[in-house]
Amino acid sequence: MTSSPILDRVSAIAADVLQVPASSLSLQSSPETVESWDSVRHLDLVLALEQEFHLQFEPEEIDQMKNAERIVDILSAKTPTR
Amino acid sequence: MNILESRQDIDRCIAEGDFRGAATSLPQLWAAEPTNSTAAFVVHRFEQLRSHLSLRPFRLAILRSFTVEPIVPLLRASAFCSGIDLPVQLSDFNAYVQAITDAQSSLYAFRPDAVILAVQTRDAAPDLWNNFGALNAEDSQKAIARAVSEFRAWIQAFRKQSAAHLIVHNLEQPACPSRGVLDQQLEHSQCEAIRTVNRELAVAAAGFSGVYVLDYDSLVAKHGREQWHDERKWLTVRLPIAASHLGHLATEWMRFLHPMAGRIAKALVVDLDNTLWGGVIGEDGMAGIRLGTEYPGAAFQELQRALLDLYQRGILLAVCSKNNADDAMEALEKHPGMILRPAHFAALRINWLDKAQNLQEIANELNIGTHALAFLDDNPIERQQVRSELPEVAVIDLPSDPMTYARIVREFPVFERLTLSNEDLERGRMYQEQREREQLEHTVSSREDFYRSLKQEAEIAPVTPATLARIAQLTNKTNQFNLTTRRYSEQQISALAASAQWECFSIRVRDRFGDNGLVGVAILRTEDSTCEIDTFLLSCRVIGRTIETAFLSFLADRARAHRARHLEGWFLPTKKNAPARDFYLNHGFTVSKATGNETLWTLDLVENTLPCPEWVSLQIMNGEEQVR
Repeated sequence: MTSSPILDRVSAIAADVLQVPASSLSLQSSPETVESWDSVRHLDLVLALEQEFHLQFEPEEIDQMKNAERIVDILSAKTPTR
Repeated sequence: MNILESRQDIDRCIAEGDFRGAATSLPQLWAAEPTNSTAAFVVHRFEQLRSHLSLRPFRLAILRSFTVEPIVPLLRASAFCSGIDLPVQLSDFNAYVQAITDAQSSLYAFRPDAVILAVQTRDAAPDLWNNFGALNAEDSQKAIARAVSEFRAWIQAFRKQSAAHLIVHNLEQPACPSRGVLDQQLEHSQCEAIRTVNRELAVAAAGFSGVYVLDYDSLVAKHGREQWHDERKWLTVRLPIAASHLGHLATEWMRFLHPMAGRIAKALVVDLDNTLWGGVIGEDGMAGIRLGTEYPGAAFQELQRALLDLYQRGILLAVCSKNNADDAMEALEKHPGMILRPAHFAALRINWLDKAQNLQEIANELNIGTHALAFLDDNPIERQQVRSELPEVAVIDLPSDPMTYARIVREFPVFERLTLSNEDLERGRMYQEQREREQLEHTVSSREDFYRSLKQEAEIAPVTPATLARIAQLTNKTNQFNLTTRRYSEQQISALAASAQWECFSIRVRDRFGDNGLVGVAILRTEDSTCEIDTFLLSCRVIGRTIETAFLSFLADRARAHRARHLEGWFLPTKKNAPARDFYLNHGFTVSKATGNETLWTLDLVENTLPCPEWVSLQIMNGEEQVR
């Protein structure tokens, strides 16, 4: 898996919120593969990402966050490249 | 250290069994980044640590009309970091009315210590929120009355079932009133209608003890209505508050929970150089330090105003500074920019000793524990030293910008109080008088001469509505001269006083130096020929002046009036009540029963007299206006 700054930040936050080691997460991680990833935790994750990246997601974007890869894609599209 | 490293560091502490190290680092991690991500980490780690720490358990139920689930971890992380283990129960959505009115509901089965009622305007007063444009003046009055009477009915129904604290959110104003700018021109405006509900809600809450209003409308306004709300989250997951503001609601809740759970500071110890004024008095001199009405000295005046507000709330102030005493005292006494003066400080330690040691001495001088101290110092090294030597002290972190100091102190939750007694308002002056008394004690030759010279007058009275709050407060915070350390709420005291077997008395003490206020409580239970002292406590500021003997002699008289043969009372030892250990022994009581280290002491009222000391003039008030 290639590493990007956004991916590192997403996996650090997901590790906190989902209570799993960051090393156990990959781009393919999703509510289907991570047991603690339920709807309450998903909302926590969305809010934690909004706090970390200082932005707000559109409802459509939240609907598309089916796995870690989609989350990273959406964040990359919303965050200006430096 | 970055965020990831500090997490690894905390996990290493836990793995190595350094629980205190982990418990000290977690609050610092939380303070550095109070987000939902950190909250999840902090809560999880404290749950691993909790059996090794002395956390105060406090149970909170939240009745709500919107999603608060993501706020709960933020709240619990804050609570853990303040030494409170806070289990939280959430009501079902919009099921708050059933939860309150049904005596069998899971709310009451949970046995909460406090309950938050968080209902949005759109739910508590739907006509005023959604439909205001269609209402004429009369309709609007009716809608206001309906909302207020519902709140009152909920509070009443709650009080019937529970003695827990109740925190009620008031109603927020709409960002855009339904009639636009016209709204403010009308006598019956939408904003005025909501203001009226809030005013009446405050009046209704004040009619109950232990019911408090959280000014939700002002909280939203403080952070900006437009910023506070996230319409997308509201419409999709019923969460009306933006991610960046969830923590602010948790923080506001904590300001109530701190005093409720007893996590409060009685005294604030402040540094001088670069804290109370800008610069270093020993180097810059009177003319050089920054303190005045203009930038940059104005920031320090603002801080002093915040400290003066605390002083007027009954929080003692003390100074702990590494300085030459003469230089510092000259600034305290004479600098024209000072708002505080030496008389505002109950203790002063201006020397070159380490701060933890000075704090310990200040606590001894003020007769309070170090856990009741807060500490304000611009120097992070000093803060770290106090944190590691005295982890029980509430250390206030200050950033480098002095213009933030006043706000940080004003928002620090250990200074919050839910009630204010006359004693709180007068406390600073009383400590000054205490210093004068101690000087007298050194100049008078014998103890008895000292007692006589004090000219003490004690007034004993049954509990009244006017003294109820202070009496409950004393049972909850008196630790040293307290025979049984039984804690009672206002509601429990009123219930006791209303029953035939129980009596609750307070004692006020005046002397030549001034009024000490209401300083003691005794609760007596009479059954057949025995009077049992359920509670006997005195504030530490009057201990050792024979007031305790006068109060006990009154109880003996009272027991005789009930035709009791015996007066008895338990001594239940705690970590802090050693000063009361020999109280019954010294007054002729003998041990009649012992369970573990708890002892029951009895005095035969026929064979023993228990006179009031001749130098205490005792006045007994009858209870015309008793609490029912």
